[in-house]
Amino acid sequence: MGLRMRSGAGRPARPPRPLPGFGLSLGLGMAWLGAVVLLPLLALTVSAAGLDAEAWTRALQDARVQAALRVSFGAAAIAAVCASLAGTLVAWVLVRYRFPGRRLLDALVDLPFALPTAVAGIALTAVYSGNGWVGRWLEPLGVKIAYTQVGIVIALIFIGLPFAVRTLQPVLESLGREAEEAAASLGASRLTALRRVVFPELLPALLTGFSLAFARGLGEYGSVIFIAGNLPHRTEIAPLLVVIRLEEYDYGGAIAIAALLLAASFVCLLAINAIPLLFSHGRRGTDDA
Amino acid sequence: MHDHSPLREPPWVRRALISVAALLMLALVVLPLAMVLSAAFGEGFRAWMDALTMPDALSALRLTLFTVAIVLPVNAVFGVLAAWAIARFDFFGKRVLIALIDLPFAVSPVVAGLCLVLLFGSQGWFAEILRDYDIRILFARPGIVLATLFITFPFVVRELIPLMQQQGVEEELAARSLGAGAWTMFTRITLPNIRWGLLYGVLLCGARAMGEFGAVSVVSGHIRGQTNTLPLHIEILYNEFDSTGAFAAASLLSCMALITLLVKFWLESRHADGIAASHRRH
Repeated sequence: MGLRMRSGAGRPARPPRPLPGFGLSLGLGMAWLGAVVLLPLLALTVSAAGLDAEAWTRALQDARVQAALRVSFGAAAIAAVCASLAGTLVAWVLVRYRFPGRRLLDALVDLPFALPTAVAGIALTAVYSGNGWVGRWLEPLGVKIAYTQVGIVIALIFIGLPFAVRTLQPVLESLGREAEEAAASLGASRLTALRRVVFPELLPALLTGFSLAFARGLGEYGSVIFIAGNLPHRTEIAPLLVVIRLEEYDYGGAIAIAALLLAASFVCLLAINAIPLLFSHGRRGTDDA
Repeated sequence: MHDHSPLREPPWVRRALISVAALLMLALVVLPLAMVLSAAFGEGFRAWMDALTMPDALSALRLTLFTVAIVLPVNAVFGVLAAWAIARFDFFGKRVLIALIDLPFAVSPVVAGLCLVLLFGSQGWFAEILRDYDIRILFARPGIVLATLFITFPFVVRELIPLMQQQGVEEELAARSLGAGAWTMFTRITLPNIRWGLLYGVLLCGARAMGEFGAVSVVSGHIRGQTNTLPLHIEILYNEFDSTGAFAAASLLSCMALITLLVKFWLESRHADGIAASHRRH
């Protein structure tokens, strides 16, 4: 499900004798990738490059656009941090402990991925609004979730959680206990062992999970627009503003915001691909193939 | 064994961590799912049935199934082709190609929709050709299918590449050295070896395809009874304060999501050898 994006094993794939179909499969595969994914993205890139300086300043100096970008980047970052923390807890519990209902919990982790975002959106709104199952207990305490920025963050944690859990889980599983045993036998306390031995091993997966959750959260639309309330300047996210500008036939405005989001996606993708390389030196192969 | 060893957290810590994790999943995942069912059947089974059998709901369901029926086989075929090239051969730019395949995971669905508007809209790159031949892509079925294809592009390839790399080339080479033609090798060796992984990828692809909202929303035009998929139908009813109708349609999609999870779980535990290693459950 694309939770791990690192490329395959370092083993050379070149067989001693040629297998058939290289030209055909690569040609058709590339043509398909080009037609379905790259050509549309090229259209946006070229259109964005064609915008003149005036169109850019008009689009980006708009206070409403700036607010939407702040809300989107801020909420995605906060939610990705929360999802990473919660994901570490859930992955740890699933891998290290045995308890009744563990497999059910494990299966539930994927639900946010399988559930259509619009369904998640209206369901989360119903649960966390003032008369909802959770909201009715929080509202008297002065905590409003639905139709606030907190609601946006909750929806994005929901979306990001599976990414965090499923990137950490295989790493935790392959992590031997030997290093922890060694640390313990050398007199390290449990917390020290976790901090000095386990955490460094988890760090690349944590960063990857964070980047995945952030990238998904930044672009997320369906689950957010229901719970956000969509008040301009306050709870309006950048993807929604793209849709609004498009409906106003303000193509320049839509293209400018979308180009920024696309650039951010590229940066995330670059980070996701660079993280394993940055941490690869000095680590034994964790290839489970 | 060593229950008191410093390698384990004290029992109360363990219990506390498990409880917090369970509570978290309850608040974030279980309650919303229960909410969908409760709201869908809140006015009784009849109201639920009526909401699902009204013409707009049925046409939305048909369009969603139509889209899925096109997207799945297309993704399966091109997914196998691309995975074969990437997993079995070395070539210049392979790493870049793999990264490009991941793009749809990182790109906002709304941005994907806008890209299609820039290609096929009334001022788009292909506007003239489309006008000349009287082809409609935006605000029609082809646009919805294209948007869904964009969003679901990586799923099958992404599952098959690590699986094929794990399995190695020995069996295929053996078949070749025994004189098997390309097609025989593919149907007798490759396809049987990757069938569970292929099913896994197609399953995830299907879950995403039936629920895609942002990209489809931009290109659909929201024409009732014509270009509304089930998720768009939910949005319209919800905004019209038809809560029962919205949640009835949502319950249908939730059931499909639960079935997806069941099959996925079954594949992960029963056919673990047939899917990519990082998805195996023990």
